[in-house]
Amino acid sequence: MRMRGLVRKELLQVIRDPSSIAIAFLMPVVLLILFGYGVSLDAEHVPIALVVEHPDAETAGFTSVFRQSRYFSPVGFREMKGAEDAMRKGLVDGIIHLREDFSRRTRDAGGAPVQVIVNGIDANNARLISGYVEGAWSTWLQQKAIADGVAGVPVQVEQRVWFNSEMRSRNFLVPGLIAVIMTLIGALLTALVVAREWERGTMEALMVTPVTMKEILLGKLVPYFFLGMGGMALSVTMAVWQFGVPLRGSLAVLFASSSLFLLVALGMGLLISTLAKNQFVAGQVAIIVTFLPAFILSGFIFDIGSMPAPIRLFTHVIAARYFVEILQTVFLAGNVWPVILPNALALLLMAAVFFGIIRRKSRKRLD
Amino acid sequence: MGARIVALMIKEFLSLLKDKKSRVVVVVPPILQLIVFGYAATFDLSHVPYAVYNEDGGAPAQDLLAGFRGSQNFLESAFITHEEQIRPLIDNKKVLMVVHLGPTFSRDLLSGAPASLQVIIDGRNSNTAMLALNYANSIVGSFNEEWTKEHGLSGPPARLVARAWFNPNLESRWFIVPGIVGLLTLVVTMLVTALSVAREREQGTFDQLLVTPFRPVEILIGKALPGFIIGTFEATVITLMAVFWFKVPLLGSVITLYAGIALFLLSAIGVGLMISSLAVTQQQGLLGAFLFLVPAIILSGFTTPIANMPQVIQDITLLNPMRYFMVVLRGIFLEGAPFHILISQLWPMAVIGVVNLALAGWLFRHRMY
Repeated sequence: MRMRGLVRKELLQVIRDPSSIAIAFLMPVVLLILFGYGVSLDAEHVPIALVVEHPDAETAGFTSVFRQSRYFSPVGFREMKGAEDAMRKGLVDGIIHLREDFSRRTRDAGGAPVQVIVNGIDANNARLISGYVEGAWSTWLQQKAIADGVAGVPVQVEQRVWFNSEMRSRNFLVPGLIAVIMTLIGALLTALVVAREWERGTMEALMVTPVTMKEILLGKLVPYFFLGMGGMALSVTMAVWQFGVPLRGSLAVLFASSSLFLLVALGMGLLISTLAKNQFVAGQVAIIVTFLPAFILSGFIFDIGSMPAPIRLFTHVIAARYFVEILQTVFLAGNVWPVILPNALALLLMAAVFFGIIRRKSRKRLD
Repeated sequence: MGARIVALMIKEFLSLLKDKKSRVVVVVPPILQLIVFGYAATFDLSHVPYAVYNEDGGAPAQDLLAGFRGSQNFLESAFITHEEQIRPLIDNKKVLMVVHLGPTFSRDLLSGAPASLQVIIDGRNSNTAMLALNYANSIVGSFNEEWTKEHGLSGPPARLVARAWFNPNLESRWFIVPGIVGLLTLVVTMLVTALSVAREREQGTFDQLLVTPFRPVEILIGKALPGFIIGTFEATVITLMAVFWFKVPLLGSVITLYAGIALFLLSAIGVGLMISSLAVTQQQGLLGAFLFLVPAIILSGFTTPIANMPQVIQDITLLNPMRYFMVVLRGIFLEGAPFHILISQLWPMAVIGVVNLALAGWLFRHRMY
């Protein structure tokens, strides 16, 4: 009965300052649209310079592979100088250079050297572009081997990509983005709510009533939990309908793991709020501990396995890490219990720790 | 006017730094975050776990697998003997990749027929999958080269001689760490500015400030300068660490770098104060800070190239000061870009800064509730 009153009070506060509703419903939609479209690691139509010093049938065969590829939009040059200038100005991301003697040297034992230069500033993009260049080159080799009736390369790689055969980066980035966005929403919803009561003195007013601390905290948690789950449902719907990410696992697993994660995220916000007792500091802490760690250390974009051991160890305190792994698996691979269970357990543990600390730190005391 | 602004600045610094928690929050995390993120944020793969499924006992198969074993990028973590073992290994993320050699591999190779190597890879993270495939392809490429040479076969008609400009070893850290300088500078500036007016409004002290002889311009300068000083200090510390700790080359001039930092701070402080004066409560200020900070960072080209975005979103990023600062930072650090080449990136930050500061100043008096 008392609980209902507290929840009602909190709900009224939510309705009066519509920023909470905006956080729960507007933020996931806006951010997911912006990022779902904006964040992509698939380079297409990469501008490259094709320098052909002496065009003939042989070079035409080589360059046509690049002209037909959807990965490149080539710009032709007759000499290196123009291409190098274009690269310095950032007009092209790479240069493919066929020398004057290209056709003659294709008959040499080692083959004709083709100089490939990429702009290495964005190392990841540079690697992907080199990969595309190698792909185009081996397509050309195969075509030529068939045309000339000779054997191709000794060993051919036959690749099969599971779960995401077209290698769409959006398929793994969108589930990751949901984890990052939910981290923000969870923390933003609750980061200020306890601190606000302390700052305005209404916490003292609450303390003189018979409600217990546990009830005050639960009253703060329940409305925001439902708001957060609403935002989560919106995000999942958008991922599937708007961005065409396959959902191979079951909705029930998705729902259960999302509730767990939301508990952790809300718990983190409440913990910040309880410890800071001051909205300004709580806000600052929320900015620092939520967004960037969830963005960089969750494995959403950077591979955790490739981080140095101490950093890898540190990522275990980032809740988003577990949720990213669950989401990527549930969306793309299905209900793979050996992946889902340990991560769900870790989330449960984090929730227990957060609420344990909150419980200990919130006493009906003024000090 | 000067003395009044100094007085206001002292008050701002006091309200920002008198609280010990707040002091710690502004100074310590950026430095810790640079270290953690600097090491964490890398696209270079190392020790990717993979499994071998070798149905062929021949020597050529062993030679090819030796190439994988000798690579820094891969770590052999399982050896399988049946096809059914593949699925659980990949599903449960025990390995990222399975290298499969069929029973006729060596026979095909020795007889001159094309031998095929099957690579099965977990595509849940397509970027990691693509990079791992590239590594695998280059291992097979060098095996092929050796094989043709040893067996006197005719080699391919052309070979690629690749190199990279500005970052010869393609270390993604060189790309990411200068970006982190921008990231953390932005976060610190938002911490200092985004809640400052909102807090005064909520506590009612802003009304008191407005009835003093201070003009809005003076209040604006008094609120902006602490952010500017703290931001410059943090940017300096972070830049020094990027150069001396992470050993990222700083090829360009320090003066150009500071011109970039100053203009970026101007724009970030402008946006921060604008958000802060628009907000009535700190809750709204915090929401505004996040709604700016998160897209500003994700759509800045920090991790994913702006060129990959659809045109509409590319156009939206023109309003994002971070986008320009990323180009400036990477240009100065890695290319040694001179001032005149960067002008096209510098003036938009100045415009964003001035427009937002003017808006903030106007809102001081016009946003009353």
